[in-house]
Amino acid sequence: MASPFLSNSTISFSSSLKSSTLPRLFPSVSFSSIRFKPTPRRILTVRSKIREIFMPALSSTMTEGKIVSWVKSEGDVLSKGESVVVVESDKADMDVETFYDGILAAIVVGEGETAPVGAAIGILAETEDEIAEAKAKAASNSGASAPSAPPPPPAPAAGSTPAPPNSTPAYAAPIASEGLRKTVATPYAKKLAKQHKVDTESVVGTGPYGRITPEDIEAAAGILPSKTNVGPVVVVEVKPAAPTKATSDSSAPSSIPPPVPGSTVVPFTTMQTAVSKNMVESISVPTFRVGYPVTTDALDALYEKVKPKGVTMTALLAKAAAMALVQHPVVNASCKDGKSFSYNSNINIAIAVAINGGLITPVLQDADKLDLYLLSQKWKELVEKARAKQLQPQEYNSGTFTLSNLGMFGVDKFDAILPPGQGAIMAVGASKPTVVADADGFFSLKNKMLVNVTADHRIIYGADLAAFLQTFSKIVENPGSLTL
Amino acid sequence: MHSICSQATAVPRSNFAFDSHAPALPISKPINLRFCGLRKEAFGFSGLTHSCSSRVRFTSRGHSKRISASAENNGTPPKSFDYDLIIIGAGVGGHGAALHAVEKGLKTAIIEGDVVGGTCVNRGCVPSKALLAVSGKMRELQSEHHMKALGLQVSAAGYDRQGVADHANNLASKIRSNLTNSMKALGVDILTGFGTVVGPQKVKYGKVGFPDNIVTAKDIIIATGSVPFVPKGIEVDGKTVITSDHALKLESVPDWIAIVGSGYIGLEFSDVYTALGSEVTFIEALDQLMPGFDPEIGKLAQRVLINPRKIDYHTGVFATKITPAKDGKPVTIELIDAKTKEPKDTLEVDAALIATGRAPFTNGLGLENINVETQRGFVPVDERMQVIDANGNLVPHLYCIGDANGKMMLAHAASAQGISVVEQVTGRDHVLNHLSIPAACFTHPEISMVGLTEPQAREKAEKEGFEVSVAKTSFKANTKALAENEGEGLAKLIYRPDNGEILGVHIFGLHAADLIHEASNAIALGTRIQDIKFAVHAHPTLSEVLDELFKSAKVKATASSHVPVSEPVAV
Repeated sequence: MASPFLSNSTISFSSSLKSSTLPRLFPSVSFSSIRFKPTPRRILTVRSKIREIFMPALSSTMTEGKIVSWVKSEGDVLSKGESVVVVESDKADMDVETFYDGILAAIVVGEGETAPVGAAIGILAETEDEIAEAKAKAASNSGASAPSAPPPPPAPAAGSTPAPPNSTPAYAAPIASEGLRKTVATPYAKKLAKQHKVDTESVVGTGPYGRITPEDIEAAAGILPSKTNVGPVVVVEVKPAAPTKATSDSSAPSSIPPPVPGSTVVPFTTMQTAVSKNMVESISVPTFRVGYPVTTDALDALYEKVKPKGVTMTALLAKAAAMALVQHPVVNASCKDGKSFSYNSNINIAIAVAINGGLITPVLQDADKLDLYLLSQKWKELVEKARAKQLQPQEYNSGTFTLSNLGMFGVDKFDAILPPGQGAIMAVGASKPTVVADADGFFSLKNKMLVNVTADHRIIYGADLAAFLQTFSKIVENPGSLTL
Repeated sequence: MHSICSQATAVPRSNFAFDSHAPALPISKPINLRFCGLRKEAFGFSGLTHSCSSRVRFTSRGHSKRISASAENNGTPPKSFDYDLIIIGAGVGGHGAALHAVEKGLKTAIIEGDVVGGTCVNRGCVPSKALLAVSGKMRELQSEHHMKALGLQVSAAGYDRQGVADHANNLASKIRSNLTNSMKALGVDILTGFGTVVGPQKVKYGKVGFPDNIVTAKDIIIATGSVPFVPKGIEVDGKTVITSDHALKLESVPDWIAIVGSGYIGLEFSDVYTALGSEVTFIEALDQLMPGFDPEIGKLAQRVLINPRKIDYHTGVFATKITPAKDGKPVTIELIDAKTKEPKDTLEVDAALIATGRAPFTNGLGLENINVETQRGFVPVDERMQVIDANGNLVPHLYCIGDANGKMMLAHAASAQGISVVEQVTGRDHVLNHLSIPAACFTHPEISMVGLTEPQAREKAEKEGFEVSVAKTSFKANTKALAENEGEGLAKLIYRPDNGEILGVHIFGLHAADLIHEASNAIALGTRIQDIKFAVHAHPTLSEVLDELFKSAKVKATASSHVPVSEPVAV
């Protein structure tokens, strides 16, 4: 039962001579004799014994094969009958052995690549003297057989990548040696480069420490359509960068202006990466903003009263927002799939906190249900934990509504970016004495604070937000209910 | 590893051993029988020997007032030892020995200076299996091709690093408490502190800052295990240059991590890291990756576990200097050619994991007090795990098992060695066949092996003048593997065609680690291929891979069979 699948079954390929005028020769399947039908006589006149190794047909249904591994590497001496390469067909993996003695001069199709049956996958040279010639042949061969090679590099990329060294040869060379910095490419980038036949030397790394990332290779190979268009621009940008002799990199990344001399690249910390990711994600959400002035005299008076009991302004605002959200559940909802409202059963107020080199949003869970004092105590614990970087995931990612307060810095109003997975975020400015006129035309001085809510317009509409802000404003203006 | 589970359920098994009286058992494999009578004789005998030697150092400590019931029943003279057996180190090896000792009626204590469970449970096989379970699932969910082939649709799979780390940590604590409870329940005394041998049959233990306690035992087993080995020149900061101890906490998932060493530990971590999105660079001192595996399995493993993944490698190089990331600079690794010692390359990566093996943890054991010299840190032992002193003589009543003796650095090997020692001290001579101990690497798919590799077998065959044959089966022909869409895999049997002896079995494929036991049990019990090939396997199961493997072996018709069936037989 298993025998057809045994991987130790071997099969032989026949390599045959190829002179330049010969059409591609047929591979000979397993033990069939070598076919030199077209011009058997000419072969005798060919002096250099350079043979091609073909992708054998291992089964009747096989049209292409994948090179599993090369048992031999370039430069290895082969003797007749030795296994050279393992080929995976549609049915099994087979060791393929050589019919000829010689030296494996070049591998045309690398490991993991696919080639159609009959395509040259390697070049066999008879003597060492012929290796160079064989290699040249391999080079021309791989060029000629490009259409059959799996992913042909698109023309624009191929054209543009070699351009920089050509256009600025005088500068390019000294910089490379001066920097004492070789090209650093990540393992996957190297794999992609090999697969797409991209020369890593010609790619500018945009990763941390200027390393070449898989994205850089994909861009160079023209896999991302947007980048191929940028291709020619790269050449232009390299020119000004080169004479400045930037120390960090020999040239500039394609989409970013060249680094200013002496600048340093500091990679993101994990937290900063997360912030960056969340911020970019927010771009996909259609947001809008509604501002509202809130009179805070009563709130300020209350704050003075409860401050000695350890209540902070943050807790007061969180409580007020939570109570307003109870009445406007849609503002506490979120849109997860673009097709539906996700109403949250709990009101969890996330509050943005700046911590050393980062930003985190500890969450006051069930802020509507807890009383002000408990909430304040909870908040104190959360902040301490955040500073010590000991927050548990549910303590920073369970928010249903976010509060960001920059009032303590004197900021009068600002605009917040909606975090992913939430429906709205409230940006709170400083409370400032403002002259207001009432309905009867009397002027008075009131403390006013501007709040600005950013919301996801797929689920929260202008009127919703206005109504929510009105409720919020009423609660803040009559804060007695906050202490209940 | 698997041994833990079997240890945890050892209580009912021990009852069985005591209750069942030998004649009732079918006598086909005499190795496995436990005779109660024999055990009694053993006590009488051992009681005599230690009464002579104990004249000199009689201790009148409180502990010694209690006398083990079994000894009293046998009418042996009152013992002058606190314990029958003291085990230094409560890892998997010590635990296995302790449980078996209790089963054999020995009054047993175990000394632990750190946490019960040792490396395996706290910083090794156990938490790593949690991470690998996650990586296996991630890998499956991320493989669009694989999912599509099964007709499943999964939207982008993601993970929460802390959640994954918590899973590993929770598993370790759970197994640790299971281990502790199983020993307590059986009445093993757990003594806390670092144990030191102060003289023959005498151990000192205590915590730093507290007065030491001295206890005596008839027999002592050293089972102190090992710690990650860090070659010199490598600066481990625990953040960007780490060992497996740190990596298992999964405090970060670097974008690009270099793994120094491509053995079991390195390979398993490469599986975890690449599944979680890291790119990996292997640094291997030998000329090929995965040294120690059967070459054919290694080649296949490289094709499946390395080449298609975001992994590259440098072989034949030493990492002479590794500097952690600091001052805005990445981790730098200086490589030299392993042969010429010429500088070869400098790598810049985000993190480096040092997986260059493990070093025995035997410092401070007080071996000098009994004239024992360690060899590269390992405690020299004979085939019965009895410690050998500097003059090449056996040290009476002192044994060393597990990583500390370096014979086979695997948790279940330590446990097996411990059980073997307990067998001996209770009077039954026992030599553990290390060639029957399986090993497994829990990558996706898994790798497992038992016995010799093909080159080892051929070398042995040449020396001893017998013939070696190899049989292979592929997972591609197995129904269950194909149902799972996991047909990549190979099972390989190395055997003697003349008598059907199994020399080694190597498996690479789905659940290989669970499949190997049929082969390891066959080797342990001496079962020949011509016998095991008639054993029936449920269909369709992965175990049929081994069934076919045994069936495809060509044993000469002249080879004797234990089964009363004449060959060849059509089935």
